Amino acid sequence: MTAATNALFKTLADPTRRSLFERLCREGEQTVWRLTRHARISQPAVSKHLAALKAAGLVRDRRDGRETHYRAEPQALTPLVDWMGFYSAFWRDRFDRLENLLQRMDQR
Amino acid sequence: MSEPTPATRSIVIERTMPHPPEKIWRALTRAELIGEWLMENDFEARAGATFTFRTKPRGNWNGIVQCEVTVFEPPTRLVYKWKGGTVQNAAPGSALDSAVEWTLTRVAGGTRVRMEHSGFRPQNESAYTTMSGGWPRVLERLENIAAERA
Repeated sequence: MTAATNALFKTLADPTRRSLFERLCREGEQTVWRLTRHARISQPAVSKHLAALKAAGLVRDRRDGRETHYRAEPQALTPLVDWMGFYSAFWRDRFDRLENLLQRMDQR
Repeated sequence: MSEPTPATRSIVIERTMPHPPEKIWRALTRAELIGEWLMENDFEARAGATFTFRTKPRGNWNGIVQCEVTVFEPPTRLVYKWKGGTVQNAAPGSALDSAVEWTLTRVAGGTRVRMEHSGFRPQNESAYTTMSGGWPRVLERLENIAAERA
């Protein structure tokens, strides 16, 4: 496992951070103030979690006057994509389709 | 001391099919037939040809596979390079640099079809097995959310 992947797992291992990240993925850009309203922790605690997410490349921030807006960077998850799991299921399905096609070729 | 290069892993599927090798070879090497069981493609039946497979994007993967025919020996052996992953993200582990090898062997009553998809790096395996449960599900959910927003 690479250092980058390790950092991603460590960052997302915290349930509060994970739920903040999921909320940003689901609902788009939000201010710290709005995120705090939904989280059951203080605003400084939310900011600290957001800083950790930012360090891992999972979120990006934008200053607008006195407010900081955060948005998710879901492509940061790409290193965690389980290609092998994906293709194991994919090829089994495609073998079934190949056999099906071969049968249909008989009837042509 | 430098770290040893991790060994890559393969997916192997073998099935005996009640059809002659020549017919299966057609299904593996004619673009319109490949499209019926594998993916939309612009396959060219010669060694050295480059082509692409296209499917529905999944999570952060754009659904495009870049390929190149490296072995073309009708009707027994076909190998193509299989490269996928996101182009816009160069993060380690995001790209898949692999190869797919088809071997057809005539057997009594049909053909033994063997497919080996090789070149998977075991990058996140230990993370999946040592993290307390639910990781694949969490990631799947996050990927789906990301795909919906893409």
